[in-house]
Amino acid sequence: MEKRVTFSSWTIGILFAVPQLLLIFTFFYWPAGQAVYWSLTLQQPWGGGNIWVGLDNFRSILANADYWNSITASLVFAGISTGLAMFVALVLAALTDRQLAGSRLYRVVLIWPYGIAAPALAMAFRFVLAPEAGFMAVINQVWPGFWDPGLDGADAMASIIIAFSWKYVGYNFIFFLAAFQAIPRSLIEAAAMDGSGVMRRFWDIQFPLITPTIFFLLVINITESFQDSFGIVDIMTSGGPANATNLMVYKIYSDGFKGLDYSGAAAQSIILMLLIVVLTIFQFRFIERRVHYR
Amino acid sequence: MTIIKRGLAALAAGALSTALAVPAFAEPVKFDFWFGLSGDLARVVDTLCKNFNASQKDYEVVCTSQGNYDATLQNTIAAFRAGKQPAVVQVYDVGTATMMLSGAYKPADKLMEENGYKIDYADYFPGIARYYATSKGEMLSFPFNSSTALMYWNKDAFAKIGKTEAPKTWEDVGADLQAMKDAGYECPMAINISANESWQLMEQFSAIHNQPIATKNNGYDGLDARLEVNKTKFVQYVTDLKKWYDAGLIKIKSKDLGQDMVQAFASGTCQVIMTSVGDHGTVGKTQKEGMKWDVAELPAYAGTERKNSLVGGASLWVLSGKSDAEYKGVAAFLNFIHDPKTALFWSTNTGYIPVTKSGFDYMKSTGFYDKAPYKGREVAIASLTASEPTEITRGIRLGNFTQIRAEFGTQMQAIFANKVSVQQGLDTLVKNGDAILDRFQQTYPGKTLP
Repeated sequence: MEKRVTFSSWTIGILFAVPQLLLIFTFFYWPAGQAVYWSLTLQQPWGGGNIWVGLDNFRSILANADYWNSITASLVFAGISTGLAMFVALVLAALTDRQLAGSRLYRVVLIWPYGIAAPALAMAFRFVLAPEAGFMAVINQVWPGFWDPGLDGADAMASIIIAFSWKYVGYNFIFFLAAFQAIPRSLIEAAAMDGSGVMRRFWDIQFPLITPTIFFLLVINITESFQDSFGIVDIMTSGGPANATNLMVYKIYSDGFKGLDYSGAAAQSIILMLLIVVLTIFQFRFIERRVHYR
Repeated sequence: MTIIKRGLAALAAGALSTALAVPAFAEPVKFDFWFGLSGDLARVVDTLCKNFNASQKDYEVVCTSQGNYDATLQNTIAAFRAGKQPAVVQVYDVGTATMMLSGAYKPADKLMEENGYKIDYADYFPGIARYYATSKGEMLSFPFNSSTALMYWNKDAFAKIGKTEAPKTWEDVGADLQAMKDAGYECPMAINISANESWQLMEQFSAIHNQPIATKNNGYDGLDARLEVNKTKFVQYVTDLKKWYDAGLIKIKSKDLGQDMVQAFASGTCQVIMTSVGDHGTVGKTQKEGMKWDVAELPAYAGTERKNSLVGGASLWVLSGKSDAEYKGVAAFLNFIHDPKTALFWSTNTGYIPVTKSGFDYMKSTGFYDKAPYKGREVAIASLTASEPTEITRGIRLGNFTQIRAEFGTQMQAIFANKVSVQQGLDTLVKNGDAILDRFQQTYPGKTLP
């Protein structure tokens, strides 16, 4: 018989949870509730008063072609940058896990990018990708007009995707490497002795065993690509050219803080929140089925 | 003799210091001033504040930079909502309409009157005063840092095509740019087409040509003003700029691409730019060794009866909800800034122009504009005072104009990337801009601009 120590009274449990609940309420539910309220009113920026307008803010946003353009841009950005960041990190982690020469060095170096603040790395990439002065200037010498993020929306989108992916490769790498190292060596050695090659071992043993990590990173990467892209967009493109990189989170900022349209921005942030919730539910419902927890 | 003189001087100094020391027993009244300049300019503002604090003992201004104009307005709003607003804040030109409807200010002219300062409002250059004044002419805020747009031209490049003067008309500009291109210049003229350049490309152009940007006299006569830049001379201007861009006469230069306009001009890469007189000092300090250049008024189309250009910059707003003692200090501070000597200090250390006639005259009398690094800046005054401001060239009084500028950048980029035609792009600018104005009007139901 196992002996258990239990608290009879549930109030103690609640008491322990109170600090956490207070934090969540103050920093999440209360502001979120405030945003919902603002989205249903027209707020005067200086606090002179507000008018109840019901769902008018949502209606005018959803009727705006620029907003749909912003949603499309965000989805394209989320899809490509998540795919790129996860794929590159997976390959790098798999190689590092094989204990090739210098893998200890890679292990340290590859984690660094995540430690760099988004605006700082955006500044660095702005120099690297500048069409007239940076690395891309060399390519522009060979093919004039090949790279022009100042006017070509696709080029600008590519630059922010590269910058964002570069940062998240570091983050994903940590998790992938940990997942690989959690796989018992004996499994892999046994497979090797049975004569399977590197690729075969990867697809039949390692990959299925790290699916929980892949799923976790997928959810995190998609969520972060909606939220953490702000600093990169702000420094690199300011949402241009011609709104090509005006991601949802950046549009919220520019409408709300630069345009002082607090209500419109609040409505947009509610929509963004719902979109992330829906995407996450979708991932849990349909993708998690293919995940094998051991 | 000298000993007696020194003794007298020491005596006088002693008497003076005791006289000054008496009010100093009371702690000086402190008040906050938030401004939106950074870098070199912020240091000049700090010196200005120190000079004010040293000039008297009753008040102490605490000056804090908020980084840029946008952030200053945002932070001030947040502070105001929390009841912790500064006493004085610097708000940029296009924030004027928002400030006027905020109900969060104390009219500057009333403040000065209450505290016994006589300000001669007719002394302000009309082009500057009208931008910030109500439709009835009352000054709710004080013009602070002011500039206007000028054309910077490379004398060496123009000499190569046989010209000794800057082009006065856009027709001449087109011909000169072509000639420079033919003479082997890679980048005859540089522009940028982001939200910031709405100022020189759309706003200044429209004022000089006496073309409206919006109905209701650019918004001065009501919140129901709507844009109309898609049917003025501005359409032809954008068409010409695009034509010159396609022909390789104009290059787009921006910081994102590696080099901004001012750097491109100062390094001799590009031969003509249009930017603020505030960049006059920067070009002088960073120019390529030996390069000869000058500034001129922005060109106008042939046959245009030229009007004044618009002022750019910011004004000082006094916020409500402060004590009488603080307001006394603020009034003294504004009076200090208004002084012609401060104008000289301010303009010498920045590229900004004096805002009053007396300030300008004082600077002329000191020979400021004859000396090499500052010579040319008087062109800005000439441009601002080219005519008495008309109903349209007074300024722009539109709500959320920052967003309209952003829309300008977006549509210009679409036009220059060949996504839309010039007319389509400007039509969309008007359509989206009107939606912004619509929203602003709805946010302030039943209110009118003062």
